[in-house]
Amino acid sequence: MTERHLVKTTVNGVEYERTVEPRLLLSDFLRQELGLTGTHVGCEHGVCGACTVLIDGHSARACLFLAVQADGSRIETVEGLGEVNDLSPLQEAFREHHALQCGFCTPGMLMTCVDLLRKSRLATDAEIRDGLSGNLCRCTGYEHVVRAVRAMAAKR
Amino acid sequence: MKPAAFDYLRPKSVDEAIALLAQYGGDAKVLAGGQSLVPLLNFRVVRPSVLIDINRVTALDFVEEHDGRLRIGAMTRHHTLETSPLVRNRLPLLAAAMKHVGHLAVRNRGTIGGSLSHADPAAELPLVSLLFDATIHTNARSHAARDFFLGPLTTALADDELVTAIVLPAQPPNAGWDFEEFSLRAGDFAFAAVAATITAADGKIADARVAAMGVGETPLRLPGVEAALTGEPLTCKLVAEVAQLARDAIDPRSDLRASADYRRHLVAALTERALEAAWARTR
Repeated sequence: MTERHLVKTTVNGVEYERTVEPRLLLSDFLRQELGLTGTHVGCEHGVCGACTVLIDGHSARACLFLAVQADGSRIETVEGLGEVNDLSPLQEAFREHHALQCGFCTPGMLMTCVDLLRKSRLATDAEIRDGLSGNLCRCTGYEHVVRAVRAMAAKR
Repeated sequence: MKPAAFDYLRPKSVDEAIALLAQYGGDAKVLAGGQSLVPLLNFRVVRPSVLIDINRVTALDFVEEHDGRLRIGAMTRHHTLETSPLVRNRLPLLAAAMKHVGHLAVRNRGTIGGSLSHADPAAELPLVSLLFDATIHTNARSHAARDFFLGPLTTALADDELVTAIVLPAQPPNAGWDFEEFSLRAGDFAFAAVAATITAADGKIADARVAAMGVGETPLRLPGVEAALTGEPLTCKLVAEVAQLARDAIDPRSDLRASADYRRHLVAALTERALEAAWARTR
């Protein structure tokens, strides 16, 4: 049995303390320890993008990050963006442009877009598609996601 | 899809990290950005008994210029290399190559030391380090890039050795350069990539460097191509000739993604594109 570690982390502005096994992934920590099931788990090897969250302000795959690494970090998940009756502007753009069908990929798409809108030019659809290329949607509704991001990029 | 159990250690300094590596050696894996290691842990392809997390070793996160060379700390993230004004000005090929590494969420985490130590034959940073004859520094010694990559996921690193920094010569301001990669979608693993730099004098190529990856066990310099270019002006005829040389110089494998023939075709096409773009930038 490996030694468990104390993790103190802030998720969406709320401080949490848990003792975890080192091998626990951040994605499972969020879902199983904290009950924050908005972060979805798809491939668990960094390909699908469904579990994308912000770690200290930068997008990252929660399945490629250990919960124990999050000690002292600030995590943001889709639950921190908005609520059903109080959507964030990005979520509102997704709704308006019908940028989701089944919704499985949506939390990862949204958290990716938060970071893209801060860091990338997104001046052309090619740049938007490039930015979204790490998030797989199997419905597949990419075109509508591109429209939502295009609208948000124009508003910056 | 969950890692097997391991003990977790989090050094804060290079000395502490090296001491832990000396203690645990082959039973340990070093966790840098985790973008290659954690998938391998999740698949249980690797099952270290100890993980040494060097993400708090902030002394290894730097980009500096000394005497015409860039010294880059092992824990420098891909996104930093992509956006650093120093890298963009002094090693634009490196900054451009970073756009092909995974996606933003991967580049936010992945590190240069991790990528070099992992030594994926289809990774960008090993190719760039080989192209520029980089020196890879560890706690124990210095490795020339050409002697560092021994095979797929295999390097000259000993079990108790930690990459600390990489030193690359800055590109001469008048040198042309280009990085061309082909993958099925942006950020996916490359089928093949070719990088080239050209220095021109009197309308002719004074010095050319050409390297390819994704088409062998390690990234490869193409010395036959470089020699054929030197002393010549870059004409369409020469481009076609050296593209054929590049095709003949490699011995790629067929796999699920692409056949060997297709990879040879790609290397020829990417060599043409890279040389034309690099030549155009010399003027």
